[in-house]
Amino acid sequence: MSPVIRKKGESFTLPSKYLLFILTVICCVAMLLTFGTDFFNIPLNTAAGYIIVPFQQGISSAGEWLSNRSDELSQIRQLLDENARLKEQVDALTSENTVLQQERYELIRLRELMEMKDKYSQFETVGARIISRDSSNWYSNFTVDKGQEDGIALDMNVMAGGGLVGRVTSVGPNWAKVTSIISDNSNVSGSVMPSGVNLIVSGDLQLMKDGVIRFSQLLDGDDQVEAGCKVVTSSISDKYLADILIGYIDTISLDANNLTKSGRITPVVDFEHLEEVLIITQLKQQVDEKDAIE
Amino acid sequence: MLRKMVVALMILICFLLQTTVFGWLDFGGIIPNLMIILTASFGFMRGDREGLVIGFFCGLLCDIFYGDILGFYAMIFMYIGFLNGKFCRIFYPEDIKLPLALIVSSDLTYGLTCYILLFLLQGKFEFISYLTDVMLPEAIYTIVVTLLLYPVILKINSGLEAREKRSAQIFV
Repeated sequence: MSPVIRKKGESFTLPSKYLLFILTVICCVAMLLTFGTDFFNIPLNTAAGYIIVPFQQGISSAGEWLSNRSDELSQIRQLLDENARLKEQVDALTSENTVLQQERYELIRLRELMEMKDKYSQFETVGARIISRDSSNWYSNFTVDKGQEDGIALDMNVMAGGGLVGRVTSVGPNWAKVTSIISDNSNVSGSVMPSGVNLIVSGDLQLMKDGVIRFSQLLDGDDQVEAGCKVVTSSISDKYLADILIGYIDTISLDANNLTKSGRITPVVDFEHLEEVLIITQLKQQVDEKDAIE
Repeated sequence: MLRKMVVALMILICFLLQTTVFGWLDFGGIIPNLMIILTASFGFMRGDREGLVIGFFCGLLCDIFYGDILGFYAMIFMYIGFLNGKFCRIFYPEDIKLPLALIVSSDLTYGLTCYILLFLLQGKFEFISYLTDVMLPEAIYTIVVTLLLYPVILKINSGLEAREKRSAQIFV
């Protein structure tokens, strides 16, 4: 007897276990297809962009307004203290600044001499607002309100407050998904500033709540690197532009293999209160093996 | 037809709430899982068939926006909806204990599956820390939200059922 029973006068329905099986197969096929290709990305991203994103934009701007008002109230006292402290700091910094200004002119002059002006010139950026966050608690990704129509492309670097936030990993017509560097599935090649040694900065779910990120694979035989050293993106990174500030080394320890060191970095970006980000529209130069001259 | 539209609207609203409003109302970076509440409650209220279809679409929405691999969350949510549907026979609308227990266990199952597939297979064995940092806080926050959201879902569902019954009687 056929398991698909059809009673008279009743419309045809598939038993749920068969439906489950069919949808499981569809999911598996979709997973396999998306693993290697971006076959579904374009139509689905476009559809999502027109159905969901407008709502997210509206709700998040209202939510942001409310959240800002409540923050403002609680922060007034704190800000008054901070203001007094900062005024003192301004005086100190002004004097320091004059010295630095002079040194800067010298630097520009020397750079012109070395014809390295272009390399260090400012990046072109586009400002974007965060409209929604990851629906799971496992990764810390977010969506911004700029997409392909605003010139955003895959793998563009994202900055905020002078530091690296992450990179664009998925683009729709009017939205883009950003994978942040504190997310567990993110790895960035970085280098420590004065000595130039390379390390790998990887996001970690366990450390996320402490506001730090993990680094590893630091080869530092001469003990040049210590806590407080500046970490920037390395020039050998595939996806990240060189010399974007990531953060400062917090703790450092020797690995069990006695060769490499690992530890924690305090990022300069405050990921907890991120609202606006800057997307660098310049992409890292890619090397295509196929185009290589044989 | 009306049911399909209402359910689609509810999925959309829950997804929007989860990704925007609860992003501002997080406790220690943890947000509740409204999609699980929706999937599980339709599972045990309406049976495995509806549970799995709603789970599939809830998961697909998460996949499109935040999944790396399309179909991953869709599959997890689909099975959760299907398994919850198996409890349809012992579900009574007056009883709140069974729905709460089912939603919490669904959320923990979801957390456990995500941990195994996304973290354990990467060689991250600190299960206890993931349990106390992510899974349990999420489950607790989800219970709190369930107490508010579940009566609404129940009310909408009973409203729809009453309407369907009436229109069926017209034909008889």
